[in-house]
Amino acid sequence: MTIWRRNRSWLWPAFFIAPGIILFGIVIVGSSVQSLWISFFQWDGFDEMQWIGLGNYIEMLDDPQFYISLRNNIIWLAVFMLAPPLGLFFALLINQQIRGMRIVKSLFFMPLVMSQVAVGVVFTWFYDPSSGLLALFFEAMGATAPALLSDPRWVTLAVVFAALWPQVSFCVILFMAGLNNLDESQIEAARVDNARGWKMLWYVILPQLRQVNFIAIAVTVIGALRSFDMISVMTSGGPFGSSNVLAYQMYSQSIQAYRFGYGAAIASVLFAIMVVFISWYLWRMLRMEKEGA
Amino acid sequence: MYPRQISKDDVLKKYLYLAAVTLVLMLWLLPLGAVILTSVRPASDAAVGNYWGWPSGFDLVKNYTEVFTQTPMGRYFFNSLVITIPSVIGVLVLSTLTGYVLSRYRFRGNTLLFAIFIGGNFLPFQIMMIPVRDLTISLGIYNSYLALIIFHVAFQTGFATLFMRNFIASLPDELFEAARSEGASPLQTLIHVVIPLVRPALAALAILAFTFIWNDYFWAVVLTPSDAVKPVTAGLDNLKGQYVANWSLISAATIAIAIPPVVMFFLMQRHFIRGLTMGAVKG
Repeated sequence: MTIWRRNRSWLWPAFFIAPGIILFGIVIVGSSVQSLWISFFQWDGFDEMQWIGLGNYIEMLDDPQFYISLRNNIIWLAVFMLAPPLGLFFALLINQQIRGMRIVKSLFFMPLVMSQVAVGVVFTWFYDPSSGLLALFFEAMGATAPALLSDPRWVTLAVVFAALWPQVSFCVILFMAGLNNLDESQIEAARVDNARGWKMLWYVILPQLRQVNFIAIAVTVIGALRSFDMISVMTSGGPFGSSNVLAYQMYSQSIQAYRFGYGAAIASVLFAIMVVFISWYLWRMLRMEKEGA
Repeated sequence: MYPRQISKDDVLKKYLYLAAVTLVLMLWLLPLGAVILTSVRPASDAAVGNYWGWPSGFDLVKNYTEVFTQTPMGRYFFNSLVITIPSVIGVLVLSTLTGYVLSRYRFRGNTLLFAIFIGGNFLPFQIMMIPVRDLTISLGIYNSYLALIIFHVAFQTGFATLFMRNFIASLPDELFEAARSEGASPLQTLIHVVIPLVRPALAALAILAFTFIWNDYFWAVVLTPSDAVKPVTAGLDNLKGQYVANWSLISAATIAIAIPPVVMFFLMQRHFIRGLTMGAVKG
């Protein structure tokens, strides 16, 4: 009892934080690390795991599918980088306080609130070569609609553009919040100095949106590397694996082909890409916090 | 305000602007609009190839009733609720506790723990798939509600901790000093100071977590393969495979599963946006 009383000032906080740390530590951190470990084994998910050292990684270097997935991940990242500027553009367009604009703004955010599965279904149909809206446009111009989702050359771009839809919405929300937190006095001063158009945006507004920009880019990178749902719903990685990304290849290698070791090795590559990015993010965030304090 | 606001008195400019914005919005939501239109279309329209024209009739009630009577969608909805609601409550409880400790107690490793919570949340969660699946199998909860609930609570706690830690750190220090000088224990401080003050943050967090968990598809596919426990997202993907040609049914199902998060969003839009933009702007 006295031990409790003497130590309760730190025992309570320890009790409070313990459940969160244990759960997050085991399920999230533990699993991420364990995944790296599994990548050194050959394993079908049922029998004994067999140590093969770097075997999975060596196989990966010779796997054409791996390079296709990696290339597609890079395409996702590159195209997704359109989301922050497009988000800023739409935010500038709709940031007016006229009656009726509130509902317009809410409707703009709609794609973000829907699940990616729903977005995937919506766009599968949009692209449908026999009855989709895209086909209608092509027919109206007297052309035959391309079957985007079954053409290896176009399939990845078609899926990425569908995924861009909610991502742009996300960026619009971020930039709207940023625009409503600008320093009015700086804008007024710049207007007195006759700043306008591009110059105003570039020299006065954008520097103030640095923090928002940083976050918009961060969530966009994460979104691009997490891409899975849309691919699963729209193409299942096909045709012939041409729209695969690392996350989906890992899933199909493990769950469908029972090659858990190889799947884990692919996951490790994804992990490595992400660690570089997260380190940069945390370093910048903690630095900003120190500057702010 | 930036950009320069259109004056209320300039009626012509105002209406031109509204018209232009409405046009952009309609194009922006065109794919969604088409699906909504299809979801109320009679099946006969599809038979004659009328996919995009005006529907020949409105079968709103019929199509949506069919989703719930002809398919297991009702079951999926129930499953989604049973998974999402306890998960959200779990996230709120855990993150209030972790956020309180990380923001109000100095100890070695505080920053490191905080960084791990954030960093872990940023990982492409797919990389955890194999060990998490194994874990649920060895706990005997694979293919059950509990498997998804445990994962969602664990994963969302990362983001939620970041959120609650920053919120509690922004509360006035005097309150905590006063509680300490009154001799309040950490538990009393938690109950009488922290919990009453974090309610707005909890509201924002609740709607965000609800949306994220409701919309999850990956973990639903990995951890709950059977119809009896599967949530709506994985369920919709199933229907899409089964009713390939029946677009009115698929469309109605798509709209139906989007409704709960959309309604939550409209009801608590301010909270939702504040939660999502936290960290992007101050205040």
